[in-house]
Amino acid sequence: QEAAKYDKKVMVLDFVTPTPLGNSWGLGGTCVNVGCIPKKLMHQAALLGQALQDSCKFGWQFTEEVKHNWMTMTESVQNYIGSLNWGYRVALREKKVTYENAYGEFVGPHTVKATNKRGVEKLYTAERFLIATGERPRYLGIPGDKEYCISSDDLFSLPYCPGKTLVVGASYVALECAGFLVGLGLDVTVMVRSILLRGFDQDMANKIGEYMEEHGIKFIREFVPIKVEQIEEGTPGRLKVIAKSTNGNQIIEGEYNTVLIAIGRDSCTRNIGLDKVGVKINEKTGKIPVNDEEQTNVPYIYAVGDILQDKLELTPVAIQAGRLLVQRLYAGATTKCDYVNVPTTVFTPLEYGACGYSEEAAVEKFGEENIEVYHSHFWPLEWTVPSRDNNKCYAKIICNIQDNERVIGFHVLGPNAGEVTQGFAAAIKCGMTKEQLDSTIGIHPVCAEV
Amino acid sequence: GKNEYDLLVIGGGSGGLACAKEAAQFGRKVAVLDYVEPSPQGTKWGLGGTCVNVGCIPKKLMHQAALLGSALKDAQHYGWNIAQPVHHTWSVMAQAVQNYVKSLNWGHRVQLQDKKVKYFNMKGTFSDPHTIRALTKAGKETIITAENIVIATGGRPKYPTHVAGALEYGITSDDLFWLKESPGKTLTPFVFNVSLECAGFLTGIGLDTTVMMRSIPLRGFDQQMASLVTEHMESYGTKFLKRCFPTKVEKLESNRLQVTWKNTDLGTEETDSFDTVMWAVGRAPDTGTLNLEKVGVKTNSETGKIIVDASEATSVPHIYAIGDITEGRPELTPTAIAAGKLLSQRLFGQSSELMDYDNVPTTVFTPLEYGCVGLSEEAAVQCYGSDNIEVYHAYYKPLEFTVAERDATQCYMKMVCLRESEQRILGLHFIGPNAGEVIQGFALGIKCHATYPQLMKTIGIHPTCAEEITKLHITKRSGLDATVTGC
Repeated sequence: QEAAKYDKKVMVLDFVTPTPLGNSWGLGGTCVNVGCIPKKLMHQAALLGQALQDSCKFGWQFTEEVKHNWMTMTESVQNYIGSLNWGYRVALREKKVTYENAYGEFVGPHTVKATNKRGVEKLYTAERFLIATGERPRYLGIPGDKEYCISSDDLFSLPYCPGKTLVVGASYVALECAGFLVGLGLDVTVMVRSILLRGFDQDMANKIGEYMEEHGIKFIREFVPIKVEQIEEGTPGRLKVIAKSTNGNQIIEGEYNTVLIAIGRDSCTRNIGLDKVGVKINEKTGKIPVNDEEQTNVPYIYAVGDILQDKLELTPVAIQAGRLLVQRLYAGATTKCDYVNVPTTVFTPLEYGACGYSEEAAVEKFGEENIEVYHSHFWPLEWTVPSRDNNKCYAKIICNIQDNERVIGFHVLGPNAGEVTQGFAAAIKCGMTKEQLDSTIGIHPVCAEV
Repeated sequence: GKNEYDLLVIGGGSGGLACAKEAAQFGRKVAVLDYVEPSPQGTKWGLGGTCVNVGCIPKKLMHQAALLGSALKDAQHYGWNIAQPVHHTWSVMAQAVQNYVKSLNWGHRVQLQDKKVKYFNMKGTFSDPHTIRALTKAGKETIITAENIVIATGGRPKYPTHVAGALEYGITSDDLFWLKESPGKTLTPFVFNVSLECAGFLTGIGLDTTVMMRSIPLRGFDQQMASLVTEHMESYGTKFLKRCFPTKVEKLESNRLQVTWKNTDLGTEETDSFDTVMWAVGRAPDTGTLNLEKVGVKTNSETGKIIVDASEATSVPHIYAIGDITEGRPELTPTAIAAGKLLSQRLFGQSSELMDYDNVPTTVFTPLEYGCVGLSEEAAVQCYGSDNIEVYHAYYKPLEFTVAERDATQCYMKMVCLRESEQRILGLHFIGPNAGEVIQGFALGIKCHATYPQLMKTIGIHPTCAEEITKLHITKRSGLDATVTGC
């Protein structure tokens, strides 16, 4: 859309290869269809369930037993997504960007072959190319995984309630999904191979895990599934999962209605003809290395988003990188995308917002004696009346003593963590120090003032 | 002779307690006097001041109760099967809130004890610059002397005494939070944030609520934002009587109240009956019984507030004042707390740091919340001239409103910046859910002299409302449509 502003002739190829279970979706990519958007809406549904419980203490009366209807929620969510798909198509048309619902692959220099759903092929040439194909969920590679298990690609449009669910994985996708499923009243178990939220501050990750456990999610730690069998067909059916311990020979079995695999995502770079034009990819991970201007080793081919090596897999990062790239190419701008201090939020039942270094990373980079960690538990005012946990919410900032106690890491665990963290990220961008933090007056009474 | 205490604090509210506790940390001998004169309706409360007992705390909790009412409506769209309509019981909420407040009163007493601060539940009057005559409710007298005295007695709601029946039949926020029974059909005349916030949550819990305003809402706040806030309240169900002012209140046989008012637009006189009339005319500083004239502490002739310098010192050496009682300061809990702490650090801890009252963020907890920090657009224009400022703005829709089919017409944000090359941010205004949480971090950024380019370099967190701030790019000057579209 940005390129079209500069009167360039632009084309977008978008194609969704159906999931093993046959699921597909419209224009907009992961975020809109099977990521951030449906995830946050279902998280909201779960939060509303909690709000229902709180509301009794605040004087609201209704029959105690309130049940959740999966279909009502999913239909509303899918309708909204449909409106976004439509919105994108209209926006592209208005900006005179040509859109083709076809699978693109390089066939030669400056040339791409586009194959649509019916197998019709067309060839297109362009001066420049941008690869932004993103990723898809990885499967376990065990018997029964593709036949019987679902992934996040299927969950948000599942036409039946998933029932008793086993979530395999400890990524934020796994924990967020487990979180809202339990919030909607389902029986949820999470099977974890080793640690939670690899790459995130582990102190915070453990607190998230603890909170989830106390709120009804069962964890099976240090096990991996080795086989999934179908006991009974149905919507949902019944599945048997056999798992093996990661340290020892212990085997366990369990029965579930649904098994959701969330162990990671793989880049869609292997089958798009990159070898034909000489674009180098990391053979192991499938990711594309780029320079700080998002350029691959082939000068006229660029890449943004989840497929980039060593960059964050986040929607706003992809958007920012894409826009700035185009402004550099066509508007004479020089600003590069700033990948430092990118804030993020994990929308688990107790939300976690973070910006900057984790405690471990800070210690590694600066040395333990050169950093100071300030921390505090807090009790959101709204949790007092309904007597919700009074020592779970937590905030910590990590400061670099040698650099004027500059804040290099910000972590908060509590309601609306995303809203809280955003402003602090802006402040960190401005080089905020502990002293400036201390001299800023808090808004009362909100969580962020802590 | 030698003074009994190093520090005597008169007033056990946000500012007073913070000051006292901080001084105690330095090993000083500290005492706090706290006394609550019952309201005309007879309401009184424990240690903690306005914020804890009749301000921020109960207000936010009742606001939360109202928000939960909206959440119950939303929940249906998200698949929860609740039979509508759902009813609210005032007494359940009030009791829960009051119990929590009482636990805070208790908590404060325990804290004072732990920190070895002496607490007197007595009313104080100055005898001389280092001596206070303290009286219990029963009239028993104690003389207290102190090297330093801090006045932090705060304020109490004013009554429009020129309106017949106002004092006898009306209540104020002092009483609202302690009502055992529902206020029923309520009228809140005049408009300060307190009355809008109260009207907001009363509407939210299902009560018939009317706000009466003579002129503009939220005086002192950015007026564009203020009208969006009241617009939302109108669509939310609160009734507004604009450009009207009350002339008398009478009690009917049914025990209801009949209010007569003048409509300045039509030049007519109108009446209606209500169960409760809650005045929100503003607050008056609580200096009446202090006997300030005796020791020469100067007050502002118009407002009655105590005049202080940048170090919170009054016109009399060793006598200081902090919080709502001081002239020219924001009437906010966090500023009182900060001022109190810094004062003690300067008096007893060798610090010289003064309180910075610039860029204090605040939030109005109306049904659609409004958070802001820095200058309003009007103030910026007045200060720098409209040619020298740039206003970036956007109308947005919180994701959670989509499925819930909620109206987001008033969800709006704007950033007022200097137009010159650096584009420093002068003010940030946000209307939407969790406005306080959104604004807090940005207030920090503004403290760090954040500029528009720095904010644009900050990546957004997705999906949140706050991220829209990092994406602001349409200026008012351009005249372009400022509605956010797409992901």
